[in-house]
Amino acid sequence: MSGIDASLFDLGRLDHLGRQETPLHRLDPRAKILTTAVFLVCVVSFGQYDVAPLLPYAIFPIALASAGRIPFDYLLKKLLIVSPFALLVGIFNPLLDQEPRLQLGSLAVSGGWISFMSILLRFALTVSAALVLIAITRFENLCLGLQRLGVPQVFTLQLLFLYRYLFVLVDESRRLVRARALRSVGARGLGMRVYASLLGHLLLRTLDRARRIHIAMRCRGFSGEIRSLQPLRIGHPEMLFTLGWCGIFMVLRIWNLPQILGDLTLRLVT
Amino acid sequence: MSRSFVELERLAYAYPDGTQALADISLRAHQGESVAIVGANGAGKSTLLLHLNGYLRPQQGRVRIGDLSLTKESLPAVRRLVGMVFQDPDDQLFMPTVAEDVAFGPLNQGLPVAEVERRVNDALQRVGALALRERPPYRLSGGEKRAVAIATVLAMEPAMLVLDEPSSNLDPGARRRLIRLLAGFEQTTFIATHDLDLALDLCSRTVVLREGRIVADGPTAEIFVDAALLAASGLEPPLRMQGCPLCGQAAIETT
Repeated sequence: MSGIDASLFDLGRLDHLGRQETPLHRLDPRAKILTTAVFLVCVVSFGQYDVAPLLPYAIFPIALASAGRIPFDYLLKKLLIVSPFALLVGIFNPLLDQEPRLQLGSLAVSGGWISFMSILLRFALTVSAALVLIAITRFENLCLGLQRLGVPQVFTLQLLFLYRYLFVLVDESRRLVRARALRSVGARGLGMRVYASLLGHLLLRTLDRARRIHIAMRCRGFSGEIRSLQPLRIGHPEMLFTLGWCGIFMVLRIWNLPQILGDLTLRLVT
Repeated sequence: MSRSFVELERLAYAYPDGTQALADISLRAHQGESVAIVGANGAGKSTLLLHLNGYLRPQQGRVRIGDLSLTKESLPAVRRLVGMVFQDPDDQLFMPTVAEDVAFGPLNQGLPVAEVERRVNDALQRVGALALRERPPYRLSGGEKRAVAIATVLAMEPAMLVLDEPSSNLDPGARRRLIRLLAGFEQTTFIATHDLDLALDLCSRTVVLREGRIVADGPTAEIFVDAALLAASGLEPPLRMQGCPLCGQAAIETT
């Protein structure tokens, strides 16, 4: 299977995960979006050198992923794919900031390494939370939820169509790449030069197809409003979900749980 | 005689690049009539169809569907009357599951969810695709896609159906099922097609387009025996009306 095929399959998998039927999937998207937003704000609000207080936050993506039947290896793989960005952001910290901040026995850990760890941890937490959110919510409901929460329609529609046309785009590029591969008889085709023309074709074809899909949508009465068969409703489960998690986030934000636990164990031991 | 249901009056349309796609098209069809639009590639069939539900607005002339004259204001009402099935079902099916795709139109009409559910099931039942309900459209076969595309339009309960090349890319079995399905429709139907055998089965009347103009308009049976007219329009008589290569008998001279 070529790379493009595999990535399309992978996208389809995320879509498929979002369509499962679990109590978590049935929650109103607004509750999930709000909770995730609070989670993100809490996680990024910690100081540059905080590592330990961030650790308990992992409970949110982990709990949601297991309740939503999202395979962990899938999430980990996705995290690995985007991790170079975080690595790039933090990789120079250990070089720039060499002042020792932590003494582990005879080993001094510099501030740079700690902040690098902190960046990686924050990256893992925020990206996994966002991934889990998409994997436990149908994408069109996610857009609908955002819209109901006051995000302007222009943006929610962009998001919705970006996602839908992505499949179209990948499909078209797959055909182009296959056509090139079949006629280059195992050789390298015409090298890089041909890619410029391929890209141009891809753009035109995609525009053309997008236009036809747009006609089809207009013909069926689409007026720019997203509608869904699943009615949106904020009930007790939604309240419980949002307030419960936000409460946990607040507690974790105010008290450094690992430190308290550590102190407690120390006191018990001595 | 009852008033016609569809009326096109001196319709003309040129694309922005200057290509005159339609010129001086006048056409009437009464309620329940099924009309085949035939002609060579680029003769203007698709452009004509796009006028019938107001996707293109006439640059010259007038379009009337039912009691509605096509204007910017009447557009939503006209689209409710006219169901359009596109040539490539992949263009028409853009929602994640078959059921959601069929529900797209009725939801946009603002119908209550229970009614939408009923219509989705009815429409899928009618095209024999109820079992496909929860499948993603892009994993269906060509024939299944076509059936679902027709269901998406039926669910809107249109008074008129417009189909662009409904039998293209179908295997013979799927094509036959499609013909049986379309034969059961009572709506006014316009079918643009190269499949003249299908037109012969389904349409009592045929309109021949050539370079954006109507060159013939009459009973299908009469049009299809006029070999000179068909040849000049880039067409051939339906295969059933041509000679049999096995018994060596030429029915109509086609060259």
